[in-house]
Amino acid sequence: MIPELGHFALAMACALAFAQAVIGLWGGHRRDMRLMSAAPGLAVGQLVALGAAALCLVLAAANDDFSVVNIAENSAIAKPLLYKISGTWGNHEGSILLWGLILGICGGLVAGFGRNLPSSLRARVLGVLGGTSAGFLLFCLLTSNPFLRAFPAPPDGQGMNPLLQDPGLAFHPPVLYMGYVGFAVPFAFAVAALLEGRIDAAWGRWVRPWALVSWCFLTCGIAMGSWWAYYELGWGGYWFWDPVENASLMPWLTGTALVHSAIVVEKRESLKIWTVLLAIGTFSLSLSGTFLVRSGILNSVHAFAQDPARGVFILGLLGLVIGGSLLLFALRAPLLKSGGVFAPVSREGGLVLNNILLCSICSVVIVGTMYPPFADLLAGQKISVGAPFFNATVLPLAIPLFVAMAMGPLLPWKRGRLGPVLAHAWWAALAACIVAGVCSIGMRVLPALAFGAAAWIILGSFAEVVERTLLFRAPVANSVRRARGLPVAVLGAAIAHAGMGVTVAGIAGMSLSSNRIVEAHAGDRFSVGGYEWTLLSIDSEKGPNYDARVAAIEVTQHGAPVAIMRPSRRDFASQKQTTSDVAIRTNLMRDLYAVLGEERDGSAVLRLHVNPLAPWIWLGGVIMAAGGALSLADRRLRVGAPSRIRNAVPA
Amino acid sequence: MDAIARRRLLLLAPLGVVAAGGAAFWAMLDRMQSGRFDPHDIGNPMLGKPMPSFNLPAVAPSQGFSSQDVRAAAARKPVLLNFFASWCVPCAAEAESLAALAGQGVQLWGIAYKDKPEKTRAFLDQYGNPYARIAADSTGSTFIDFGLYGVPENFIIDATGHIAWHLAGPVSEPMIPKIVSLQS
Repeated sequence: MIPELGHFALAMACALAFAQAVIGLWGGHRRDMRLMSAAPGLAVGQLVALGAAALCLVLAAANDDFSVVNIAENSAIAKPLLYKISGTWGNHEGSILLWGLILGICGGLVAGFGRNLPSSLRARVLGVLGGTSAGFLLFCLLTSNPFLRAFPAPPDGQGMNPLLQDPGLAFHPPVLYMGYVGFAVPFAFAVAALLEGRIDAAWGRWVRPWALVSWCFLTCGIAMGSWWAYYELGWGGYWFWDPVENASLMPWLTGTALVHSAIVVEKRESLKIWTVLLAIGTFSLSLSGTFLVRSGILNSVHAFAQDPARGVFILGLLGLVIGGSLLLFALRAPLLKSGGVFAPVSREGGLVLNNILLCSICSVVIVGTMYPPFADLLAGQKISVGAPFFNATVLPLAIPLFVAMAMGPLLPWKRGRLGPVLAHAWWAALAACIVAGVCSIGMRVLPALAFGAAAWIILGSFAEVVERTLLFRAPVANSVRRARGLPVAVLGAAIAHAGMGVTVAGIAGMSLSSNRIVEAHAGDRFSVGGYEWTLLSIDSEKGPNYDARVAAIEVTQHGAPVAIMRPSRRDFASQKQTTSDVAIRTNLMRDLYAVLGEERDGSAVLRLHVNPLAPWIWLGGVIMAAGGALSLADRRLRVGAPSRIRNAVPA
Repeated sequence: MDAIARRRLLLLAPLGVVAAGGAAFWAMLDRMQSGRFDPHDIGNPMLGKPMPSFNLPAVAPSQGFSSQDVRAAAARKPVLLNFFASWCVPCAAEAESLAALAGQGVQLWGIAYKDKPEKTRAFLDQYGNPYARIAADSTGSTFIDFGLYGVPENFIIDATGHIAWHLAGPVSEPMIPKIVSLQS
């Protein structure tokens, strides 16, 4: 019964989404007040229906209803409840439902928070969101229905991929999808603005919080995914330039550009056409990533159910959404009036440079990711593009970005000079040179330079704060008073930029990691990265749905005990799969990382790593997202979009 | 060309790029379904080269065969050479498509890779025997000579004894017309 209710709710959400699209767009076109004011209600109705559908799927999974194909294929009685619930979005069908639900949440939020938007703009934004949602829900219903029943129901399910049975991964997809799907709102605003034929500073102010929220979620999602790869896959790396990772990186790069270029629209009414294109492009890249991953066109370690027939449907949907919006862009964008002019050296110029560099990096990633299938299609060549290509091409573009990102915020609007900027940031530059100089004594050139760049970014990010508060130049009380008056957005930007610096430091540290693969008997001792590692024993253990072999490794440094590490190998009988459970000990300055490999004749293969500064990579991501969230709290943005004034009730 | 027209052309560029990309993806998906495009295929070094020589024993009741036999048969009509094993799940999945191919007059010869003859026979009893002749590659040396990386893999040997076509993976139903057309 519950799955049927869910199925019905899903169908209803699809119908409501269609209605929302037609009524919103038609009402906006005809300026019909009654139609336009119906759109928010439909958006909320769609959200409620989707929430009910998702709840039904979760309930069916929690109750082990194996008559539902999706649950029988991905769940099992022995699975812990957390993974029964998270498993509902860990597979293709469920993740499409989650995708739709988050799109519904976006629509609901626009309906709820968008009361002070012009009614035709709000109706059109909701119409575009409804149309996109309708397409995805139709895809879900027709080709990937999570509520499909099987008869007779099997007594037990087939179980979940053990690699996915991990608390971090349970919440990774929702966070990542919030990022992906959240960019639907800036996209809808861009399409609505093209339909309206008007973009002004207010539009920039409405779009930016949405872009910023999505960007924060996407940043967290990518950081979580990278962290998962680090501790769960047990390969000792954090980023593999895998197509699925690249698919999340591409919208992040253009989304970062969008967050910045929207500032220019808001402050100076400039870069309008470009910002609209970025908003369309970012969501298009989010959508294309999903398509590429699920159609089986790209080779990836992340195996989603790959099905070319499904791919054709998504491709059609993409053609409609992306092609339609770009056609509209080509027709309507030339009509947009361009605004304020600015000199190349100015705040606007800095943001343009940021956009150029970010989009160049994105293009490089696109080329690297898409080259293999295109080379295969056009030339019949089998080629794989890997980390060496990406490292060699992204690095030269990242270096000017790092140099510029600390200086941009110090430039004045309209026209500026580099001289005063350097005068304000000389202490950060000096510190960066000292860091790079000290590091170059004991290590290779590139990591030393990267540490210098990290110091430059972290310190330089706060140069504007220091400048505005007259820190160290005025009495402390005066500086504190000035700091209170500082716009939160300035502080948020500084923190987000500094987060990038922290990540750069982490990546630089990780490049200095040392590791060894050894074959060990109990009692053997090895030296890796300045630590002594002793294999004490290997024992068997029994888990809820697996059998494990657990090694105990004692780590000491100069004779002083540091940690006992227990890496294990888990054998999941029902999936015939073995996973290695990595043991990690961190003190935030370095990670000790141990993996237990195959055992033979009383000896085991151990992989031992010492990864300096590794946690900083993800810590930086969290700091970036926190900076973004802080800047959302800025009064100027709150006044712009999510206002709760209830005096203008449309008739 | 005046400034407005240039601007329009420039703003059309994103659509052009996306349309070209979309067309390419559509071609990929279309060819993936009919088996003419496989992004996961790592290729086969023997494609277009003469078939490696071998002489393999029979899996009773059919006769075994050598590369000479395949060449002689291919001189009359191309031979579809299918590597399979009873322990291989995708091989069971492709059994239906192979039977359909045999039904349409395709010359289908099978090589059982690293398999015990009684297991192979049980497999054929269960899923049907579409093969005209079956040989056993119990050591896996022919498998290596053909440059395979797994089972099932399929080869078409043309009239000159060259490997004219290769498919790493099971034959699926939409590929049947294509394979039949390669045989004529």
